[in-house]
Amino acid sequence: MTVAPPGPASQDAPLEPLETLWHDRPGIIGFLTTVDHKRLGIRYVYTAFVFFFMSGLMALAMRAQLAQPDSHLIGPDTYNELMSVHGTTMIFLFNTPVLAGFGNYLVPLQIGARDVAFPRLNAFSYWVFFFAGVFMYSSFLIGSAPSGGWFGYVPLTSSTFSPGLNIDFWGLGIVFVGLSTTAGSINFIVTIFKMRAPGMTLNRMPIFVWSMLVFSFMALFAVPAVSLAAGLLELDRLFGTAFFVPGSGGNVLLYQHLFWFWGHPEVYILFVPATGMVSMIVPVFSRRPLTGYLWIVASLVSIGFLSFGVWVHHMFATGVPLLAMSVFSAASFVIALPSAVQFFAWIATMWRGRVRLGVPMLFCLGFFFIFLLGGMTGVMAAVMPFDWQATDSYFIVAHFHYVLNGAVVFPIFGAMYFWGPKMTGRALSERLGRWSFWVMFVAFNVTFFPMQILGLLGMPRRVFTYDNGLGWGTLNLIASVGSVFFALGTGLSLWNWVRAVRRKEPVADDPWEADSLEWSTTSPPPEFNFAALPVVEGRHPLWDATPLRYAVGEGPGTDGLTLAGAVDRRTPVTEGFVTRPQEDLWIPHESWVPVLTAAGIAVLFTGLLVSAGLVLAAGIVSVVVAAATWAWRTEEDLP
Amino acid sequence: MTVVAAGSVPIGAAPRPGRSVAWWGMLLVITTEGMVFAILLAAWLYLRASSPSWPPAGTELPDLRLTIPFSFVLWASSIPVLAAERALARGRLVAFRTFMTVAWLMGAAFLAYTIHDFQALHYGWRDSAYASGFYAIVGLHAIHLGVGLAMVAVVVVKAALGRYDRGHHRSAEVAALYWHFVDAVWLFVMPTVFLLGHLR
Amino acid sequence: FAVVRRQRPSTEVSAGEAGEGAAIERRGADGDEDIGFIWWGGIVMPIAVLGVLAFLTVTTSVALRRNTPDALRVDVVAHQWWWDVTYPDGAVRTANEIHVPVGRTVDIQLRSVDVIHSFWVPQLAGKLDVIPGQTNVLTLRARRTGTFLGECAEFCGVEHANMRFVVVVQSADDYAAWSAGERSPPEPTDLAGEALFQRSTCSACHTVRGTAATGTVGPDLSDIGSRAWIGAHTVANTPDNLRRWIDDPSTLKPGVLMPPSRLSPAEVDELVAYLEALR
Ligand code: HEA
Ligand code: HEA
Ligand code: HEC
Ligand code: CUA
Ligand SMILES: [Cu+2]
Repeated sequence: MTVAPPGPASQDAPLEPLETLWHDRPGIIGFLTTVDHKRLGIRYVYTAFVFFFMSGLMALAMRAQLAQPDSHLIGPDTYNELMSVHGTTMIFLFNTPVLAGFGNYLVPLQIGARDVAFPRLNAFSYWVFFFAGVFMYSSFLIGSAPSGGWFGYVPLTSSTFSPGLNIDFWGLGIVFVGLSTTAGSINFIVTIFKMRAPGMTLNRMPIFVWSMLVFSFMALFAVPAVSLAAGLLELDRLFGTAFFVPGSGGNVLLYQHLFWFWGHPEVYILFVPATGMVSMIVPVFSRRPLTGYLWIVASLVSIGFLSFGVWVHHMFATGVPLLAMSVFSAASFVIALPSAVQFFAWIATMWRGRVRLGVPMLFCLGFFFIFLLGGMTGVMAAVMPFDWQATDSYFIVAHFHYVLNGAVVFPIFGAMYFWGPKMTGRALSERLGRWSFWVMFVAFNVTFFPMQILGLLGMPRRVFTYDNGLGWGTLNLIASVGSVFFALGTGLSLWNWVRAVRRKEPVADDPWEADSLEWSTTSPPPEFNFAALPVVEGRHPLWDATPLRYAVGEGPGTDGLTLAGAVDRRTPVTEGFVTRPQEDLWIPHESWVPVLTAAGIAVLFTGLLVSAGLVLAAGIVSVVVAAATWAWRTEEDLP
Repeated sequence: MTVVAAGSVPIGAAPRPGRSVAWWGMLLVITTEGMVFAILLAAWLYLRASSPSWPPAGTELPDLRLTIPFSFVLWASSIPVLAAERALARGRLVAFRTFMTVAWLMGAAFLAYTIHDFQALHYGWRDSAYASGFYAIVGLHAIHLGVGLAMVAVVVVKAALGRYDRGHHRSAEVAALYWHFVDAVWLFVMPTVFLLGHLR
Repeated sequence: FAVVRRQRPSTEVSAGEAGEGAAIERRGADGDEDIGFIWWGGIVMPIAVLGVLAFLTVTTSVALRRNTPDALRVDVVAHQWWWDVTYPDGAVRTANEIHVPVGRTVDIQLRSVDVIHSFWVPQLAGKLDVIPGQTNVLTLRARRTGTFLGECAEFCGVEHANMRFVVVVQSADDYAAWSAGERSPPEPTDLAGEALFQRSTCSACHTVRGTAATGTVGPDLSDIGSRAWIGAHTVANTPDNLRRWIDDPSTLKPGVLMPPSRLSPAEVDELVAYLEALR
């Protein structure tokens, strides 16, 4: 059954200029100046994956060093650098941005908007992320990378114990990349509240959109803490302040509180969108709506709140008073409940559904198994007496790889297979995908399960080598072999993607018969996403009303909904809770301002790094000029 | 199935226009900036709680003789901003400019006071965690005030050049909101950093 | 491409139509009849399990923290990358080796002179961080005699991996004997190494009780001859290793904060002979 789209969208002729109206300039100029959320979203994902593979290769080097006892393949200096950069990259430059990238790409499509609320700010976020990554990695050029671990505890990272620039690359880089997350989160929240298609009330939003909303709110409240931790550290290092100097009234535990006040929410900032992806994929492959939609929403929101009350469980061994510790331990138990609710909601969905084992679904099934173990080890770590043994051992390394590399990376791979065809318009190979999944799944457990045992045997983390006599050799060797296969498994997916993009085998608009709005447009979607905005009449627009119905404006101020909006680069801004259009948002054209502003900030940070007043001043001036231009032009984009 | 008739749904506009997305965006900037200050003040109190004496021996307590009057100047500067916002909503651009300029001058006076205050201190930021915190918190607020002054300056110039009219003035709304934030933050910073030191 | 295509794939089956296995099932409002799964699996079962766990957590923690008045006190000061060990009256000082009597409660007072370390003897107790600016007290009680490996568990820089120690749990008698032996300063020797030790840089950083060497930058060497390991459990204490250590410790422990000695092989041999004699 083929249904022609309604109204003007079905007439071919007027749409030709539309394409040219929305096209970015060709070549490098368009690349640098684009503000299209889809181009930026894909670019976020690609850039983040470059960091993933680089950081993964570092992990492989670490595993090579650890494969045998008393090994001297790479010395302690290099090992500590690899370990620190691996962890920092995975958290700051891979996981957070890759999810922001999917959010960028999918949120406007899923809520039925033509772009995000602040397209230029969006481009700015991307460029800040990009420059921050380059900034941190340029430490390799001067031959000494950060080596204070991914949480850079003071006083080890103070200038007394770590002279040299390497920690400054880290500390300033953390502040720098935080700007990107913050700007991105503001964009998501306003977009989600103010730009949903007609009929998409909050209780009809796709779960992934909910998860990005929670992600963003958590980031707004959490990121300031890590920016301050790293920022005060840099003040200590660069300007000689005494925040973390015990002899001068400073306090080293303050740093840990600041770091983990962000650090714990951060792991859920990563986890929540990953579960959002699972909640999108599972129902589609179970041929059945998600069980307990409201339960899941409530879980996501309560994870958001609770995650701010558990940070001390990372500090159980620091000598915090027992009573305080018990409160945080109990809170860590409570936070398992929303995860349990989600877990059983997915099970229920599959139980009654007819499960198809497509590749995205396989990754979700792998996720269930891995997350079960990762979650259980987390709850074990929340038991204080157990954690006094487990903390800072390989048991914790196993826990967080089960949750980060398993419960977050597996859904991300599932999402690559699920939304990849939408994003590229190219079909991925199911066969390669299956191979990739099975290799990854088996190798994952071969790599990280032994680490749990190693931890219980007493192997501390962040050691570049260990004694022959301790009997840890075999398990470490198994883990190292597993990691090579895990890398191969990810390599298969990388190859699958490259192959698909090269082979140009087109894909249907809705290959999975899914329910949310992004599947109602073409693959890949046109620059304007929707010629006329769809009208949402339930939680599953594409399952509820066949064919999907489209909005026509009624009365003044509503033609942004229709083809007219697409022609003029407009998208409606709605009331917030209700989705009646209030005004039209003019989607700006390409702009140099975002990339230049981000570059100016990079200059500023470089000035701080090398303590060069002139460079710093140049940076400040360029930022001020760029920001003033921005503010100056705010109204200029209006007709 | 009635394909054609069901194909489109008429959608009416909202009865009232709302705040612009830029205003909401600024509200979120303020949320996260507010968090920056909240955490910084919490850190200040944490350091205080873990120190034997606060401020450390030999460090003078903040001098309140100028702080209190100038704090009131800063807080009061929100009043002309409110008046300016009302004027703008009615399209009275000259009144808007005047009120904003008054607010700008009050803010500038406060910034001048802050700089004077720093110069009058007998300790440097390296001397103790107390000193570091004092400089960092008050300095961060001063930077925010500086940004606010720059924004208001842009807005006043734009208004003078006739770039606003009744319906088009979102940068002005945004600047006003930010100004209120800078004032409100001082409601928390001043008591915590200046007054609490005198209590023991 | 030319047009905004909005063609649905022809396999699309609309709601209510029973298709060939691909149909979307729409019984009930969003499958909410299966809420039982969530209630029982997601709420009731975890609350039951976690409740028990919480009870055990609190009772065990409190039990572990109970302190006894007659505890033996040991002061441990962590340095990058070794442990300074003193017994309270100050008469006994050693490094990287802690002797305790079996069955007696021991309070280990943990302080750090530089960065954060963490004191961990997996077989005897959980970890406790060693934090500059504060003193943490770890209470442990060994149930059987033996030698137990301890490790630094908080990342503390280059040689974090080689910051280990041993806890030697002895019977009360053996402990008393060891303690008495430690109290008496080492016999003065007439070895050439002794004078050399005093003359060269060694004495600036190391203490040998009863001699002019009172440095505190490095471990107390008064009983080095009786210790089983050197370099915080990096290598066994053999004459050969000691020779390599004194010649250039960074060949054994890269990054170590002790400089190479720049002495001739013969001089190093003298030092080794001297150190071996210190018991
Ligand atoms: C995506 C990331 C992620 C996620 C989701 C989690 C989830 C959890 N984590 Fe984890 N955690 C990390 C990332 C994550 N963690 C990282 C990166 C670190 C280390 C940082 C570092 O030191 O470098 C860490 C460290 C860490 C510690 C500190 C350990 C230490 O350093 O000593 C603790 C302690 O309480 C903890 C607890 C938990 C708990 C209780 C959960 C819970 O949310 C888990 C809940 C889930 C389940 C329980 C499974 C599903 C539920 C059921 C099937 C129902 C039945 C369940 C029961 C009956 C219990 N985590
Ligand atoms: C999302 C987060 C994430 C992910 C995905 C990973 C992935 C991996 N991690 Fe890591 N890890 C962390 C987050 C993560 N890690 C963090 C936060 C720490 C703590 C750091 C600290 O203590 O400060 C840590 C620490 C850590 C340690 C402990 C170090 C120590 O304490 O001394 C180890 C040791 O085995 C390890 C191993 C691995 C391995 C083998 C993988 C594997 O999954 C990697 C697989 C490899 C690849 C995916 C890349 C190779 C790909 C190819 C070869 C394909 C072809 C390539 C091209 C064509 C270019 N990680
Ligand atoms: C700059 C200070 C310094 C000087 C000079 C120095 N040492 Fe050391 N020494 C140290 C430090 C610090 C350690 C602990 C190293 C570690 O384990 O990380 C150490 C460890 C040792 C050890 C091993 C002790 C143990 O229990 O692990 C021996 C033996 C030793 N030094 C002998 C010497 C001799 C002999 C000399 C003179 C030639 C000397 N040292 C000079 C600082 C110094
Ligand atoms: Cu000391 Cu690690
Ligand atoms: Cu946590």
